[in-house]
Amino acid sequence: MALIRLSSPHVYKANSTANVMRLVLIATLPGILAMTFFFGWGTLIQIALACTLALAFEAAVLKLRKRPPGFFLSDGSALVTAILLAVAIPPFSAWWVTATGIFFAIVIAKHLYGGLGNNPFNPAMVAYALLLVSFPVEMTRWTSPMTQHGGGWEIAGFIDTLQVIFGSVDAGFYDSFTGATPLDVLKHRGGLTTEELWRQSDVLTNGVGAWYAVSAAWFMGGIFLLSRKIFTWHTPLSMLVALFLTASAFYGFDPDNYVNPVVHLSVGATMLGAFFIATDPVTSATSNKGKMVFGALLGVLIYVIRTWGNYPDAVAFAVLLMNLCAPFIDQYTQPRTYGHNRANRGMKGKNQ
Amino acid sequence: MSTVLTAVIVLFLLAAVFGIVLGYASVRFKVEGNPIVDQIDAILPQTQCGQCGYPGCRPYAEAIAGGDAINKCPPGGQSTIDALADLLDVEAVPLDAEHGEEKPRSVAYIREDECIGCTKCIQACPVDAILGAAKQMHTVITSECTGCDLCVEPCPVDCIDMIPIETTPNTWKWPEPPSPMQLIATDRGRGEAAAEAH
Amino acid sequence: MSKVFSFHGGIHPPGNKKRSTRAPIGKAPLPKTLMIPMQQHIGGPADPIVKVGDTVLKGQLIAEPISRISASIHAPTSGKVVDIAAYPIPHASGLSEECIVIEADGEDRWIEHQGLGDYTRLKRVDLIEHIRGCGIAGMGGAGFPTDVKLHLSEDHIVNTLIINAAECEPYITADDMLMRERAHEVLGGIEIIAHLLRPSHVLIGIEDNKPNAIHALESVLKHTELNIDMVVVPTKYPSGGERQLIKLLTDIEVPSGRIPADIGIVCQNVGTTAAIYRAVHFGEPLISRIVTVTGDAVLHPRNLETLIGTPFSTLLEACDLRPGALSKLVMGGPMMGVTVENDQIPVIKTTNCLIAATAQEMPEAPPAQACIRCGMCEQACPAELLPQQLYWFAKGREFDKAKHHNLFDCIECGACAYVCPSSIPLVQYYRYAKSEIRTEQRDQQKADHARLRFEARQARLEREAAEKEARRKARAEEAAKAQQQKTAAKDDTSVEQASAATAEPDLKQLKTAAAVARTKLKKAQKAYDEAAASNADNLAELEAALNDARSKANEAEKALTAGAPAATEGGDDNLKQLKVAAAVARTKLKKAQDALKNAEEKGLDGVDKLRTTVATLEQKANEAQQAFEQAGKATTPAVPEEKPAEVDIKALKQQVSIMRTKLKKAESALEGCEDETEKARLQVEADELKQRFEQATAEFDKAEQVLIERAANSGIDLKQLRIDAAMARAAVTKGERSLSKAESDDERSQIEQDLVAARAKAEELNLTLSQYE
Repeated sequence: MALIRLSSPHVYKANSTANVMRLVLIATLPGILAMTFFFGWGTLIQIALACTLALAFEAAVLKLRKRPPGFFLSDGSALVTAILLAVAIPPFSAWWVTATGIFFAIVIAKHLYGGLGNNPFNPAMVAYALLLVSFPVEMTRWTSPMTQHGGGWEIAGFIDTLQVIFGSVDAGFYDSFTGATPLDVLKHRGGLTTEELWRQSDVLTNGVGAWYAVSAAWFMGGIFLLSRKIFTWHTPLSMLVALFLTASAFYGFDPDNYVNPVVHLSVGATMLGAFFIATDPVTSATSNKGKMVFGALLGVLIYVIRTWGNYPDAVAFAVLLMNLCAPFIDQYTQPRTYGHNRANRGMKGKNQ
Repeated sequence: MSTVLTAVIVLFLLAAVFGIVLGYASVRFKVEGNPIVDQIDAILPQTQCGQCGYPGCRPYAEAIAGGDAINKCPPGGQSTIDALADLLDVEAVPLDAEHGEEKPRSVAYIREDECIGCTKCIQACPVDAILGAAKQMHTVITSECTGCDLCVEPCPVDCIDMIPIETTPNTWKWPEPPSPMQLIATDRGRGEAAAEAH
Repeated sequence: MSKVFSFHGGIHPPGNKKRSTRAPIGKAPLPKTLMIPMQQHIGGPADPIVKVGDTVLKGQLIAEPISRISASIHAPTSGKVVDIAAYPIPHASGLSEECIVIEADGEDRWIEHQGLGDYTRLKRVDLIEHIRGCGIAGMGGAGFPTDVKLHLSEDHIVNTLIINAAECEPYITADDMLMRERAHEVLGGIEIIAHLLRPSHVLIGIEDNKPNAIHALESVLKHTELNIDMVVVPTKYPSGGERQLIKLLTDIEVPSGRIPADIGIVCQNVGTTAAIYRAVHFGEPLISRIVTVTGDAVLHPRNLETLIGTPFSTLLEACDLRPGALSKLVMGGPMMGVTVENDQIPVIKTTNCLIAATAQEMPEAPPAQACIRCGMCEQACPAELLPQQLYWFAKGREFDKAKHHNLFDCIECGACAYVCPSSIPLVQYYRYAKSEIRTEQRDQQKADHARLRFEARQARLEREAAEKEARRKARAEEAAKAQQQKTAAKDDTSVEQASAATAEPDLKQLKTAAAVARTKLKKAQKAYDEAAASNADNLAELEAALNDARSKANEAEKALTAGAPAATEGGDDNLKQLKVAAAVARTKLKKAQDALKNAEEKGLDGVDKLRTTVATLEQKANEAQQAFEQAGKATTPAVPEEKPAEVDIKALKQQVSIMRTKLKKAESALEGCEDETEKARLQVEADELKQRFEQATAEFDKAEQVLIERAANSGIDLKQLRIDAAMARAAVTKGERSLSKAESDDERSQIEQDLVAARAKAEELNLTLSQYE
């Protein structure tokens, strides 16, 4: 009788990487819907474009690396990367901006490092940072949200949006639908106090509501993933708390020049970053303790870069910097093993 | 001129200070013996078989420390070469076939009724693992035998066999799980590949 | 009810327990042959005490433990031993081990056995010995021999006894059914263990998915006086792990690398307690156990009371195996069980479950994907390890780092692999890493041992070679010395004579010179050796220097030995005095003679007077010379017989020559004399002198004759003398050698004294010998 000899365990939880990725994709839906609602078709078009390109690049690279594309494509990680990049860039970005970003994310940031699980940096954020540095004008001209145009204005139509993304750009049309983001406005204040800015800026008075709504949508998606135990609460919570506390400290100290902590939490990519980017397991710290440290430092870094850096938003840079630190954090935040008085720290040297 | 002088003097003083410090350190922290040889020796399998061309593991360790190749030890095999490469920070190379092949560990066994008691194997044994006297039957102390097979050659009646050590449930090793890359060669034959690997 | 704590991690796999609890515990059919492995647990194997062909009764001891941690094995049924050989055993390796094969006779006849009655009156040691004799081993996991645990109260303070009734693994219901149906046996066993260990309280840990068992236990617990707490813990795998259960019930962690007894806790499985009960109250050894036979491939999953040694196939048939449905046969639970390759493998003491799984039930693990570091394994790990880090280390063969990350605290529960979304066989990686590390350690130990033995042998060989070399050198040296002394002996006499004739050599000076020469020689030798070792270029030069130093040292040594006897003999001062006296006498004589001559030539008056003076002086000079010479001879007492003769001869010779001179002088004086009377008187005198001369010559000849005769006579003595001399020389070299070997200063000085004496003696003998040769 031929039976197979295998190592235990012999049963497995019905769980797979593809499943994890699928859940993540589901969790992005509220955010995508909110963005589409407030910023128009651009987001959806960008997502479709990014996903197509990502799958194509991934398949091509897998072929080059002599790996079975079907098996690896099915894990869905390329789609997650594509969506995260697509929602991070302005909805009216030209197609070549997206293409460049996806190429960089999939080919350079992911596969050149050995593919899924081996990349030290979050591919979407690497691509975003590259785009931001390479095309600063395009990347900071965000689509004006629907609410900003008062009652009468509509968001750009589907065909118009397609034309903007793929066709020739009519400067007037483009300008009429885009503007600065709230963080941009708060950054380039031109000597005004925060309060004056809030009163004067159309972006802030009318447009910020859309941003709040989008953030709420991302938050909902995050809570869904948390409930499905795709990640633990440690990273998002510690990041949001750290950002909030840092912002509160400065706001309480000088409310005229520093931004309200609630605004920090609810504009820009804070929620997206906290639940979808910082929690990327491949590039973040491992242990619960490590995740707390990772999240907290990330929160502080976001505030620092937002407040004193050159770019209005800071999630991408902060995440990349923290990605660098993750292995180091891992070394010093190993959990205390059962039966041990204290945790191991650092790495045992070769000759010790 | 004075700056040049100052510079010269300062440099001279610095050189003197560092010289003194280094000299002191070289005396104070003098390393006795050659620890690298000990470390190499600790990695070698100590079969003392001489297949490397040296009369024992220690001489080979000394030779390695002196720059000899690390791939001359068949009993240690690839794992020893890897460990040496790691220790010496050199590239791991495959075993030099000239010195023999990596064989499973074995012990010498004397067919005792054929033994004529010549003591030649006793003289050949590098670890004194053979018991016996002239004109008396000899036997191998299995637990002390390193499996170097140096006793096989001198035996005039060829009554010594090298018997590979059998794996018992106590010494059995879990095999390394097949690497995923071997497992998933293509999309099509995924299931079969997985089945074959086990 | 005690508080329940919690442990980190854990998983909730589907239980699949209900299906096998529907039917009561059945009795497995008696198989035709039973195979009883000699090693059924950790520790040493048992040693068979039956032979092939022996008839055995049920419960008869068939193998004895050979080490402390080992258990007896009894025949599970009556029958005949048909084989004792290696057969496949239930082990992950699928390898074979020694088994006793018993062909059942179908009668199932018990050997005579009886319980102990009131065990509380027995000595505890005897009770434990009885339990050991019944071959009781842990029936939960590793099968640790129970008696070892029961001895623990001797060197540990046991304050908590934990009865492990958690049975956390899916599928398994053996303990559940045991508690349901035989709760009193479990309690009886607990009472015995409590009697032996005297814990302050007893805790029974049971998962809340066994309400019937909890109920059954509760009902029997009412009747006990023991302080027993039943703690119902939430169902979570692996709460039945010893360390996890301890954490659950007491919130204490067992320190890494220690046993629970170190913190005052002893754990026993419920199955074991029942076995102890049967052993103590009925004298039944552990020959059967309850096995859960389950899985989708059997139609009627149930628990069966099974004899140890029953092949799995018998059990599967008893539960109606669906033909063709079986794809995986697992011994133990799905999380930690072992897959077996064939169904002829026997049940052993630790076999609590047999899962006949279909392909749908336990599908092939999907191919492993890349680790995405999702951290789910870390959330599930009950030992709070970092499974993914361990995986990277094991995969990269970085075993040191894996060890540093506490790989050996892994209990291989499989929770990490269960939750892994990438389907990585994590547990196998850890097992692989662990066995690699263990093998490495074993090899290292063996290598170290071999190194020690090799070095010991090297040292022995070197010692032997050195001894051989030393012996060879000593022989060569001896030969060389003998040769040297033969030639040196001749020189020695001349040196001796020279030293005696000329001024006395200063012994001290000679000694220093000799010592300096020796040191120089040593230095030269050392330099030469070093140079030889390092293959220096100036080897020839050094060799020349060495030879030079050696010859110098030899010379100095020679001079010293030549000087030594003369000096050491004493009488040194006398000799000198005499010498001086003789010299003075000679001078006086010469002066007187000169004066006489002068007077004679000038024909002065005082000639006569002068002549008498000369005569007396002559006499005195002779006397002094003679005394000196005699004294000189007396200083060499080693040749007492020969000496006088020699002295005489020398004296006589001298006298003869003196007489001759005198005669000649007298004759010349006679010729030169012109005065007649004077001439006549001189003539008389010359005649007289002539006479005396002739007399002296005659005497000398005579003495010489005697000496020659005696020398001829002493031919045999000469031989003897030679032998003596050689022996004395040997004694000297021996002394020298022992001197070089001597370690303590006292010893050395003693040897040095001896050596000096020996050297002197050898020198004397040489001297004597040289007189004849």
